[in-house]
Amino acid sequence: MSPQQALDTGTAVRAPEDLTMAAALNAAIRDAMVDDPTVVLFGEDVGPLGGVFRVTDGLYAEFGETRVSDSPLAEAGIVGTAIGMAMYGLRPVVEMQFDAFSYPAFQQIVSHVAKMRNRTRGKIPLPIVIRIPYAGDIGGVEHHSDSSEAYWTATPGLTVVSPSNPADAYSMLREAIASDDPVIFMEPKSRYWSKASLSLPVQTEKLNRAVVLRAGTDVTLIAYGPTVKTALATADQAEAEGLSIEVIDLRSLSPFDDETVGVSVRKTGRAAIVHEAAQFGGYGAEVATRLTERNFFYLAAPILRITGFDIPYPSPKLEEYFLPTPDRILAALSTWEWS
Amino acid sequence: MSLNVESTPLTAVLAPPPLRLIDDTGQAVAENESGGFTLPAVDTLLGLYRQMVIARRFDVQVTALTRQGRLATYPSALGQEACEIAAVAALAPQDWLFPTYRDSIALLTRGVEPKDILASFRGDWHSGYDYHQHRIAPQATPLATQALHAVGLATAAKLKRDNTVALTLLGDGATSEGDAHEAFNFAAVWQAPVVFLVQNNQFAISVPLDKQMACRTIADKAIGYGMPGYYVDGNDVAAMYAVVSAAMDRARRGDGPTLIEGLTYRIEAHTNSDDPTRYRKAADVDLWRSRDPIERLEKYLVAQGALTEGVRASILAAAEELAATTRDCMTEQAVVDPLELFEHVYSTPRTALAEQRAFLAAELAGDALASAVATEKSTR
Ligand SMILES: Cc1ncc(C[n+]2csc(CCOP(=O)(O)OP(=O)(O)O)c2C)c(N)n1
Ligand SMILES: [Mg+2]
Repeated sequence: MSPQQALDTGTAVRAPEDLTMAAALNAAIRDAMVDDPTVVLFGEDVGPLGGVFRVTDGLYAEFGETRVSDSPLAEAGIVGTAIGMAMYGLRPVVEMQFDAFSYPAFQQIVSHVAKMRNRTRGKIPLPIVIRIPYAGDIGGVEHHSDSSEAYWTATPGLTVVSPSNPADAYSMLREAIASDDPVIFMEPKSRYWSKASLSLPVQTEKLNRAVVLRAGTDVTLIAYGPTVKTALATADQAEAEGLSIEVIDLRSLSPFDDETVGVSVRKTGRAAIVHEAAQFGGYGAEVATRLTERNFFYLAAPILRITGFDIPYPSPKLEEYFLPTPDRILAALSTWEWS
Repeated sequence: MSLNVESTPLTAVLAPPPLRLIDDTGQAVAENESGGFTLPAVDTLLGLYRQMVIARRFDVQVTALTRQGRLATYPSALGQEACEIAAVAALAPQDWLFPTYRDSIALLTRGVEPKDILASFRGDWHSGYDYHQHRIAPQATPLATQALHAVGLATAAKLKRDNTVALTLLGDGATSEGDAHEAFNFAAVWQAPVVFLVQNNQFAISVPLDKQMACRTIADKAIGYGMPGYYVDGNDVAAMYAVVSAAMDRARRGDGPTLIEGLTYRIEAHTNSDDPTRYRKAADVDLWRSRDPIERLEKYLVAQGALTEGVRASILAAAEELAATTRDCMTEQAVVDPLELFEHVYSTPRTALAEQRAFLAAELAGDALASAVATEKSTR
């Protein structure tokens, strides 16, 4: 786990409790709303229902209609009005119900959320958090399992992050809400129900840093969001086979933490990246290229990508064939020449 | 291709006469035909006249500068002065304006300096004025996107219990965009203090309005969202001012949004790179030139005895002075520092951008070696 310490907010540290990632995210929004009256929350079904994943459970009851509201069902409208609110001094936290349903908001995100600060030479910052439940492995029907991160990481002006565990979920969301830059906050759906014992408020590593989750000497295995669990399982399995894998949880996709990852890769000399999204033009392509450009002479083998296939995300009965698994990762690593 | 080749456009057949307070000939319309709106006082109208004349002089000057190749582009609002000036005149100091690329004269009228308006058109930076001082958002290029920003800002003002109203300008073509629909709907559902002013200049670049929609008027759509809509003669500044002011008052009272359509005409090309002879007849342009909003008001004011030769001369002098200022600001060399490219992308510096900035700095210093070292460092 990432190093944990109490978050310095003046809020009393609470007794440890078992929290799911969804509950940790909920607590983060709640605590941010208590600390900062300019934080407002809206989106589809985030009010009385508490969101389709219950991430906003209870917030409507606690903060009322003026700060937590169900908006009309239109994603460009949600992000577009959030922009206007941010221009007037609010800090909107908005929810896109599912990854694939963020696409109607694409223009508002790419042409305004990402560019407003630059367009106005810093005079109009947009402190907006756009929460996007993403990725698969939940038996979702079509349009409910996309990994859309590369659309956002390809866009200058956006900060794109993805937690993999409840502690990071809390800490990273608090930091995202406090940030003066717009943050695309990608929540791995398959991890919503993962649990940890936490004493909130908790502060883990800074938002823009990657962390080494498990030390190793032979391979650097890079993951984020939903595939961190897969990477850790792979390292367990490899250990039994005598292979020492260092697992890095990127946490922040943009910016990319060259330093943390670079140190690891220069140590192990071998790196692989795992993600659910399709391979071609995917986020892993950028990671592999950067690492190669900067660390070529330390590398003993080409950097590998273990990813979803270059196909649309499959239907529930077929997703197990699509998702990267420890076996598939280990098989890929075994294609390297090991001297 | 229009999918509806047989029928005559409904827009042309069924549209009712737009609301007006001063008719084409410069006469005030009868009280029972004024839709319940009152003709603004002569002093108010004289002030609007002055602003329209100055705005037109600016517009003509900037179009000329563009033709000389000194600006990258300039979308003219020639012929649309009644809409543009009425919109700004109806704003209180605390209100916000959300304009498009077309609405530079609205910026001018709200007090933005010519040099700051032209910063974007001459290519210094994407936008170049003080948004908070003037309470004007950056001129939006992606169509209708700014309407949602206006709704969001108005809603934030409402949540903070400020009496700020947002007014957004939209084109007729932009009303086909999903964002326009979403803005109208969000505003009505949230009862946002916002006014939508659609300048129906009858074209979206080359495409006439009857290929955008099949209803009579844009204003008619308001009823579908649950807000009032007004179809107004957009070349009658008296009517535009009266209707926009009433809508602003309504929003300020907490009674929600209004959709206003001003029927006008784009006299100039869409931009300097457009060729309107390909899609419209010179006779149509001539007809609309004869419906000029400034001349109409002039007739009225002269008949009222308010526009004397002396007043007219002083207005024209002010307009010429502004034109000179506008020309002068083109001769000043704007200092654009290439290294500023990296300044405003994020609130906190990013390593990758710092490296790229160092690369460009070395390249600019003519230091090929240093630039290579910067590259080499960044690739190590
Ligand atoms: C989303 C989007 N699509 C296309 C364009 C290209 N474009 C710029 S202006 C324009 C016509 C807009 O017409 P209208 O809304 O009537 O405004 P006008 O230019 O007549 O003032 C088009 C198609 C754009 N700016 N934004
Ligand atoms: Mg138009």
